[in-house]
Amino acid sequence: MLAAPARPDWLPSADFARASFSRALELCCSSASVVSSTSPSGPGPLFPDLRMFPELNNLLNTAPDKAEQGRLTLLCDARTDGSFLVHHFLSFYLRANCKVCFVALIQSFSHYNIVAQKLGVSLTAARDRGQLVFLEGLKSSVEVFFQTPEEPHPLQFLREAKAGNLQPLYEFVRTALTPGDDGEAAWRCPVLLVDDLSVLLSLGLGAVAVLDWMQYCRATVCCQLKGNIVALVHDREDTEDEENDILLNGLSHQSHLILRTEGLATGFCRDVHGQLQIRWRQPTTQRDRSLTYQYKIQDKNVSFFAKGLAPAVL
Amino acid sequence: MKMLESLSAFGGLVLLRDSVEWEGRSLLKALIKKSALRGDQVHILGCEVSEEEFRGGLDVNINSRLVYHDFFKDPLNWSKTGEDLPGGPLDVLRAICKRTDPGPVTVALDSLSWLQLHVPCTTLCQTLQALSYQYSSPGDNSSEEKVCVLGLLHEELHGPAPTGALSSLAHTEVTVSGTVGQAWVAHILYRRPGQLPACQTQWFSILPDFGLDFQKGPPLEPQTHLGPRKPEVDPTAHLTFNLHLSKNEKEAKDSLTLPFQFSSEKQQALLHNGPGQATSQIFYEPDAYDDLDQEDPDDDLDV
Repeated sequence: MLAAPARPDWLPSADFARASFSRALELCCSSASVVSSTSPSGPGPLFPDLRMFPELNNLLNTAPDKAEQGRLTLLCDARTDGSFLVHHFLSFYLRANCKVCFVALIQSFSHYNIVAQKLGVSLTAARDRGQLVFLEGLKSSVEVFFQTPEEPHPLQFLREAKAGNLQPLYEFVRTALTPGDDGEAAWRCPVLLVDDLSVLLSLGLGAVAVLDWMQYCRATVCCQLKGNIVALVHDREDTEDEENDILLNGLSHQSHLILRTEGLATGFCRDVHGQLQIRWRQPTTQRDRSLTYQYKIQDKNVSFFAKGLAPAVL
Repeated sequence: MKMLESLSAFGGLVLLRDSVEWEGRSLLKALIKKSALRGDQVHILGCEVSEEEFRGGLDVNINSRLVYHDFFKDPLNWSKTGEDLPGGPLDVLRAICKRTDPGPVTVALDSLSWLQLHVPCTTLCQTLQALSYQYSSPGDNSSEEKVCVLGLLHEELHGPAPTGALSSLAHTEVTVSGTVGQAWVAHILYRRPGQLPACQTQWFSILPDFGLDFQKGPPLEPQTHLGPRKPEVDPTAHLTFNLHLSKNEKEAKDSLTLPFQFSSEKQQALLHNGPGQATSQIFYEPDAYDDLDQEDPDDDLDV
């Protein structure tokens, strides 16, 4: 089954060549199982693209050396887990030599580190050299309750009885990503990554408070510092969660790129894990462009294909 | 065709309703451009996007006529620079309406949804209603002091109650939609006091410089079907079994008479039992013990 598939109509030729080349790379790599985790700064000798999901880069028509700036990318998942996109963008921007501030509220640092190492990036090394600023929500939230710091803690809202705002968290992000005056290594552009925003609603904040925080982050990170923001929001379609809907729709109107993963409507499938819809929302007069693919998550990679054309079901 | 063009020619509130799929900011910028070219004073309350992004794509001479009030960068005063607060967006709106210099004014609210989420609904509606009441008296044809407010509203963000309240204050509602092709569609609902509401559907496209290009009808079907057709794949090729019949097999099949077909030959054969027909007969020699009783052939009557 290693024969190249017949050329599908949905993929232009240059991307098709890249996609089949990277698919061949992935087949070679999975049999050779060579992943370099100690030198993420330079390309590996044989497998230069093994730092993120190369097929997703092809679909988004982007690469670490030509990442766009000033963009808000919204990740959204419905009936499935879209966190693989968070891991992709984390390793993508670290590979692109960007300074990353990761507000990680869902999992521990070691979890993200283990997955990043499969993608060829070491979060420990990135944090040590100052490229990665990691806010570990699970650990920090305990500190808020058992310590009384002089300055407001980024997650100070957890202690407030009435509905709070996220100004301390905004100050944390702004301090982390604003370039200092000490002549530190010039990173390409700042990136804010949030996993995820829906949990902030569960912790008692209102949708408007989260939208305000995102607006301040956009003003600083995207407009002033010309960086990027990537945020994950869960779409709970079956539960009528008005606050979540306001958050999701409000952010959708402000996003430049929306990546929406959905579980298949027919249920669980071993060979097709879900469907990814990519919507480019241009802030111009041209109408949006939207593409839909299905995907399968493997150990170290995610493979994408047109709807109904998974290799296993053909 | 003139309804969309003259939206900002009358005072009062115009609602531009858009959705995630069909954004309305481009139409808002196109209408602002028309107002600016007409000579109105144009004020923009920018709450959702940066000033740079909003002004992007507009000509320099249009941009120089726009007065931009920036509520995007620091609407909640988190920067605490110590300067006096310039006042909220509603204060700015009231100040614009109370100005003393004459001339028509167009105010663009980008967006009304942002205001709806941050300001109590009653306050917002009262402010907008004061505007409409002041300038929509029937028969008032003077455009000297009219204030037209173009409000961008994102439909999915609000429930039916706030949306209904805002739409009752507006004299015109434009819902932005689109088709599979490139054209945008505006569904316009126009309410004049004392008259029946009028509906109109207008197809248009927005040029790169935010000019409006009106179209008479829906766009033509995309021409993809006129392209070279894909070669049809023959499903009967490369089979492991034989689907075809040889010539002899075809002849035998065609000449076969089906058992339920009632042809004239069959009818004749049935009517006339020919001498060649063998009729069947049964020869039976009864045994000694046989008791052939015609009244009780089965011998089971208990008589």
